Amino acid sequence: MAAIKQTFFQECEEQLAELETGLLAIESEEHDADTINAVFRAVHSIKGGAGAFGLEDLVRFAHTFETTLDLVRSGQIQPDAGLIKLMLRSSDILADLVRISRDGGEMDEGRVSQIHDELTRAAQPGAAAPAAPAPAAPAFAPLPAVEAAGDDDFVPITISFDDLLGGGDPAPEEQVFVVSFRPKPELYAKANDAIKLLREIRALGDADVACDISEVPLLTELDPEGAYLSWTIRLGSNVTEAQVREVFEFVEFDCDVSVTAEPRVDPNFEFVPAPAAETRDAAPVLTEEGPLIPESVLAKIAQVNAEPAKASPAAAGQAQPTQQAQTTIRVDLDRVDRLIDLVGELVINQSMLSQRVTEAGIARLSEVAVGLDDLEQLTREIQDSVMAIRAQPVRPIFQRMSRVVREVADMVGKSVRLVTEGENCEVDKTVIERLADPLTHMIRNAVDHGLEKPEDRVKAGKPEQGVVRMTAAHRSGRVIIEVSDDGAGINRARVKEIAVKRGVIEPGVQLSDSEIDDLIFAPGFSTASTVSDVSGRGVGMDVVKRSIQALGGRISISSKPGLGTTFTLSLPLTLAVLDGMVVTVAGQTLVVPLTAIVETLQPKGPEVHGLGERAKVIAIRGTFIPLIDVGYKLGYRYEEADPLNSVAIMVESENRAQSALMVDGIIGQQQVVIKSLETNYGQVFGVAAATILGDGRVAVILDVDAIVAGNRS
Amino acid sequence: MTKTVLTVDDSRTIREMLRAALTEAGMNVLQAEDGVHGLEVLDGAMPDVIVTDINMPRMDGFGFIEAVRGSNKHRAIPILVLTTESVDDKKDRARRLGATGWIVKPFDPAKLVNAINRVAA
Repeated sequence: MAAIKQTFFQECEEQLAELETGLLAIESEEHDADTINAVFRAVHSIKGGAGAFGLEDLVRFAHTFETTLDLVRSGQIQPDAGLIKLMLRSSDILADLVRISRDGGEMDEGRVSQIHDELTRAAQPGAAAPAAPAPAAPAFAPLPAVEAAGDDDFVPITISFDDLLGGGDPAPEEQVFVVSFRPKPELYAKANDAIKLLREIRALGDADVACDISEVPLLTELDPEGAYLSWTIRLGSNVTEAQVREVFEFVEFDCDVSVTAEPRVDPNFEFVPAPAAETRDAAPVLTEEGPLIPESVLAKIAQVNAEPAKASPAAAGQAQPTQQAQTTIRVDLDRVDRLIDLVGELVINQSMLSQRVTEAGIARLSEVAVGLDDLEQLTREIQDSVMAIRAQPVRPIFQRMSRVVREVADMVGKSVRLVTEGENCEVDKTVIERLADPLTHMIRNAVDHGLEKPEDRVKAGKPEQGVVRMTAAHRSGRVIIEVSDDGAGINRARVKEIAVKRGVIEPGVQLSDSEIDDLIFAPGFSTASTVSDVSGRGVGMDVVKRSIQALGGRISISSKPGLGTTFTLSLPLTLAVLDGMVVTVAGQTLVVPLTAIVETLQPKGPEVHGLGERAKVIAIRGTFIPLIDVGYKLGYRYEEADPLNSVAIMVESENRAQSALMVDGIIGQQQVVIKSLETNYGQVFGVAAATILGDGRVAVILDVDAIVAGNRS
Repeated sequence: MTKTVLTVDDSRTIREMLRAALTEAGMNVLQAEDGVHGLEVLDGAMPDVIVTDINMPRMDGFGFIEAVRGSNKHRAIPILVLTTESVDDKKDRARRLGATGWIVKPFDPAKLVNAINRVAA
């Protein structure tokens, strides 16, 4: 049951995503009838599952939501802007209720009941609308009493199943029921069968069944799909009348049935054969093994059965159940993680073998070396395939952001449209999960700080509704996510003023525009005066930046006054492996992530220039680029090395500024398995992670951005 | 004899619950995700009873019941409607199209098995 519950919550997530997608499509008027059907089904499905697990709050809310959606579906109420907004908020509440049902916690009852009431009101205008059925999970359907068939104005009598099934009630006294039962052809057409009903009746007690065959016509006049038999049953039992009627629950409209109770006088009651009215032959008595239908009739039926049209399921033969091919499977994430870990070990092992072969001086074209090349190829393919297992589209997180936009826009009184692109872009699941917080923060910022107030927008000649755009795209082995707004852009004078006030920069410092923009990421920049209820929450962009960097990603900002601001995230597709350049520095082996590297070169005398006391720059293609001695920076040596004896690795950091990292030599390019240093040891300046090399030694992976940034300050 | 039951429901949760309940009762379970899929499964199988949901994509329960009752090979199979709708007009519509009986969600496994046994040959 626990496993099914897990399935339920997984399914809820999918349904909620479906719901939101549908509602947004309706909002942007890109929907058809299927959309509203899908939206309805999503809520309906959640309600169904929630009912099965007794999640009352969820059922109640989903039911009200569903009732409103049903009216929309049937065209009784029109989804105007107000209603769509209400439905979107309802979907948010539903998502919260699902989460609380799963993880526990407190729900804001006021909010729920407010939306609940609004939904109920929304369902009012359609006066023709059917009265909302009883809320909450119906324990079981009220059982309509059996009425004379053909009577369309039947009044259902509510009988509780709990009563029927006894519970603590004393068993009713044994009594005799006289049941008269005359099926109509429709009963058989619906695959109900008199014999099954009689079997049920017999299961209730001592039954004396009499069959009336007076209506059976001659064979020539017999309609194989007609109904000619009727039965009178005297049932001695201690069940209630309702229980007897329950047997006919499914066939109430397809037969004439009456149940009358005779109070039992004599406890040693013996059945008196029923006075079989209009019985042509003596009514046969149904015994345990005995025939239900006289043999003469059986013979007739046998003939009728011979007609192919009347083929019974049994006659048609029992086909072997076919197994439906499954297109997807669900796997515990732990297993995939284990597999990824193992593949990581395989990669390490493969590079170790490769190194041993080289060391042994085996010729490159020898069979061993060629076989090893094949192994390398295979290893890489296995790795890619395993990574693909964990890859997921960014869609769910994008969808979550549309909610954030709605909430923040409501709170600050702005009208905002979220435009998303590239939702199908696939990224490692772990990366996606860890993107949620930084993205939420950036989206909040965009709405709260980035966009102007509606009146200011109108003054600036822009539409009142602001646009926040979120895009995802793959670019050279990384995923690029952009969050932009069409707001006023960064107020650089104000940013500088705040930075000076907070002591982030010295007063009077000359900064380029992009350097000012970057101040937003400075620790200590975001404090009380920029913190609002919405985007503040005491977290600054420095935290966002750190969490992006922890993902092996980079964040940069660009802003145009009056036109808006764009944050760009560049993230690795996976956290498990990276392509690196293995280099040596002061006798140590280090790995530089390949994604950061633009080119490598050997500095020549005339290109290197001193700048100030220590700093050196290298002149390349008309620009000067700072030279950074990695060995010195990381404390491997106390004197900076001579650039002319070093190799310069040109890297690009998050603001696209280039720097040259000086290393002693390059060993080669290699895929390395990332082992977190923070998990196993702690954070170290300039080190992003560690890896295990082919020879079994641990090598650190450089945090290029940190080293470059450390050089600047 | 082991009964074979075909369940048609678009909710994975409900499918798993049905499978658990019916397997527990010793029944052989076939499953389909919507009406269209249900008809595909029926193409190669002859279950003793069909349990179908109403609200489903592609082909809903109404359409499915109609299609089954309209087929020569499968029209005699009892069909139980598993629905959250206790509203009479929905039940009524299913019944008119040829549903044999109905079970209201959330279903109780014992009642479900009873209902199946009640309509199965």
